[in-house]
Amino acid sequence: MESSENQKKVLLQGNEAIVEGALAAGCRFFAGYPITPASEISEILSVKLPELGGTFIQMEDEIASMGAIIGASLAGVKSMTATSGPGFSLIQENLGYGCITEVPCVIVNVMRGGPSTGLPTSPSQGDVQMARWGTHGDHPIIVLAVSSVSDCFSVTVKAFNLSEKYRIPVIILSDEVVAHTRESVTLPTTEQIRVFDRVKPDVPPEWYKPYADNNRGVPDMAALGDGYRHHVTGLIHDDRGYPTQDAQEIEKFLGRIHGKISKGFQDIMVIKTHLMEDAEIFVIAYGSVARSALRAVRDARELGIKAGLVQLVTLFPFPRKNVDIYLRQCRAVIIPEMNMGQMSREVSRINQADCRIVKHNKINGQLITPDEILKHLTTV
Amino acid sequence: MKSNERYEIRFSGSGGQGIITAAVVMADAVGSFDNKHVCQTQSYGPEARGGKSKAEVVISNAPIDYPKALSVDLLLAMNQAACDAYFSDIKSDGLLVVDGGLVQQLPTSRSVSIPFTQIAIEQIGRELVANMVALGAVGYLSGQVSLKGLEQALLSRVPKGTEKMNSEALQAGIEEAKKIDLDSLPRSVLSEWDDEF
Amino acid sequence: MLESAEIIRQEYLRHDKKFPHVWCPGCGNGIVMGALLRAVHSLGLSKNEVVLVSGIGCAGRMSTYVDFNTMHTTHGRALTFSTGIKLAKPELTVLTVMGDGDATAIGGNHFIHAARRNLNLTAIIVNNSTYGMTGGQYSPTTPFGSKSTTSVYGHVEHAFSIAELAATAGASFVARSTVYHASHLEKMIKQAIVKRGFSVMEVISNCHVQHGRRNKLGGAVEMITGFKERSVTVDKATKMSPEELEGKITIGVLADIEKPISTEEYQRVIAEAKQHAEKIAKEKEKNGVKRYEE
Repeated sequence: MESSENQKKVLLQGNEAIVEGALAAGCRFFAGYPITPASEISEILSVKLPELGGTFIQMEDEIASMGAIIGASLAGVKSMTATSGPGFSLIQENLGYGCITEVPCVIVNVMRGGPSTGLPTSPSQGDVQMARWGTHGDHPIIVLAVSSVSDCFSVTVKAFNLSEKYRIPVIILSDEVVAHTRESVTLPTTEQIRVFDRVKPDVPPEWYKPYADNNRGVPDMAALGDGYRHHVTGLIHDDRGYPTQDAQEIEKFLGRIHGKISKGFQDIMVIKTHLMEDAEIFVIAYGSVARSALRAVRDARELGIKAGLVQLVTLFPFPRKNVDIYLRQCRAVIIPEMNMGQMSREVSRINQADCRIVKHNKINGQLITPDEILKHLTTV
Repeated sequence: MKSNERYEIRFSGSGGQGIITAAVVMADAVGSFDNKHVCQTQSYGPEARGGKSKAEVVISNAPIDYPKALSVDLLLAMNQAACDAYFSDIKSDGLLVVDGGLVQQLPTSRSVSIPFTQIAIEQIGRELVANMVALGAVGYLSGQVSLKGLEQALLSRVPKGTEKMNSEALQAGIEEAKKIDLDSLPRSVLSEWDDEF
Repeated sequence: MLESAEIIRQEYLRHDKKFPHVWCPGCGNGIVMGALLRAVHSLGLSKNEVVLVSGIGCAGRMSTYVDFNTMHTTHGRALTFSTGIKLAKPELTVLTVMGDGDATAIGGNHFIHAARRNLNLTAIIVNNSTYGMTGGQYSPTTPFGSKSTTSVYGHVEHAFSIAELAATAGASFVARSTVYHASHLEKMIKQAIVKRGFSVMEVISNCHVQHGRRNKLGGAVEMITGFKERSVTVDKATKMSPEELEGKITIGVLADIEKPISTEEYQRVIAEAKQHAEKIAKEKEKNGVKRYEE
């Protein structure tokens, strides 16, 4: 988001930019529970939502927050919650309900050091695999990562759009560094943003099948009270939403909710590349670490090393096609993470090109520095 | 400044001294009013008062990659502990600025010592605005921000009713800094003996 | 009653859902469902404006069978979904059906906070003193000394009184009835729906298959007629000593208070916030493009 003449630059924290992105995308309902380092999102929305006729509520815990945003979304209102590790554990139960009932909503997890209460004011990337697999049962999910204040705005808009388009909960992984860093950004105007709203049924109510397949694998979604009375359940259900134990119907349903994500791969998977055209060695990074990596790559280039960076914006579904190209192109990849290697597992899983994988893991609550990454780029 | 160059300022002291507020105002001035790229970060403990407080502002004409300071161009130390803890991160041609009343042991002679807290008490009548006196000096000495922008940013961020007091504090800091002749300081924060070891 | 039964069957039960339902013969859940549908019918509510949200358990299956906007949610969390729905679309009538374990064990925290918060919601809790669907384990309302599949030597804990819990937590309206008193139950549910604020309707019901069988309470008929014998009205109960009330079921309205409803209070917040935002916008406009003025 480069500045233009008539748009004013503003100094925003990552958490503030998430709020701006959510509101621009049409979010009008937020339920949450206080937790560091995500609380600013609640506090600001408690002021801004009612100004726009929206609703803020502080619930009794994160389980309740997740239930409330699903309820509000079913009633037709774009909804969001924001939390950190301990609360992210609690939302998992109803997150699964959101996946099986295909309810659009956005969950922000500002990651802090764990496990348990862990390091409340220090950054971490320890919840990456949990974001993918946290709720029980095989389920589809979309997970996006933010690395700067302007990302916080644009990725949040993207998260709402994907969530509405594919009828699926979307998780945004932020971290303490991104959340509390202030940067000067120019926010796009409403006209400059593309906002996608869920498709509503246009058939007569008696024809409406709330879970019927179509070309996209994403059924039209009626809001509660719109006259399309139907049933919503966390049980595996048939086209009409009624519980089923029929093996064929079960397969059809689960096949569709996973398939709708595969069908949308090109749309969902987002990476950013830097200096990759002629790269011989590269870094895969996401979140605040991607910024350290970019610095390291630039420093390496100064030293004559052909280094590049692949920054993951979409973490899940893992952008395997996009990453595969570079695994084949380069002799080695450095994967720095503020966890024990949660994304490097994904890269190892798809690496068929004999690209050497070097992990760099740091879990002491400190951001990985450019020097730490540069060391690998100069020695590997 | 060349296109990819960074200028890094670290504000440091203890919780309750307004360290983060000073850094935020600096960042707002640079980013929103001077239209440069800026990145402001901080670290703090769980306590609201006391404890260590550190905030950084990275300024550049190009988008900023690594958001935190790599080697500091200007370190503001509002107490001795902060000065001791962070002095080693300064670039060789960087500058140390301290609250002269609170920092007695100076690790380098490439430093500027101004009694910010004392000025706040004596000229403004409130110890609370020592951070804004310091910000005025830092803004001037860094040469990285327009003084008008700094004042505008300050006015937009301080509580209603305190604008005049804070603005006067900022001016007092700028005036004190104007008296400093940076050219008279040694060129490096390193001791001259260093080469011999 | 026969005529209304026909209306209920034709108008309010889902015909595209294959019956039979999951409830055992003689289960009180059908009586509760009937009373609820008659209450909605006599209030003249449109089916499109009613949302029936349920939790997990036998009572939780009610949402599958009735032709409203329906939601079968997660165990204990039904009220959290109802809260989101009501706040997003306050014009909807949101009814939440839960069981005793659902509402007061796993959902206990949501239950007391919903009562404290006082949204305009109606909670109907079918209390059969056990977890019927999972095989008859003890629940928060299983009486002291009772046998269950997890208390074969007699239960060593004490039971919640759901209605009193709700009243203490701040519910605007609290009533209790039993599945024996079908007409009384219908009347109470009607009052609970009409009442503005958080209303709780506790319905004492029978699980003769699990709780009844293990405690030698007889079949459905014996258990349900037992409710008749043990019930006393609120008026009568006030004149009785605690010893006399031992083992009795107090039926009727236990609490009916007036207090601000948060759904409506929030509309005031929205109005104030909008006014404030307009004022700021006007000031900005007056001061030109510059964000801040001295």
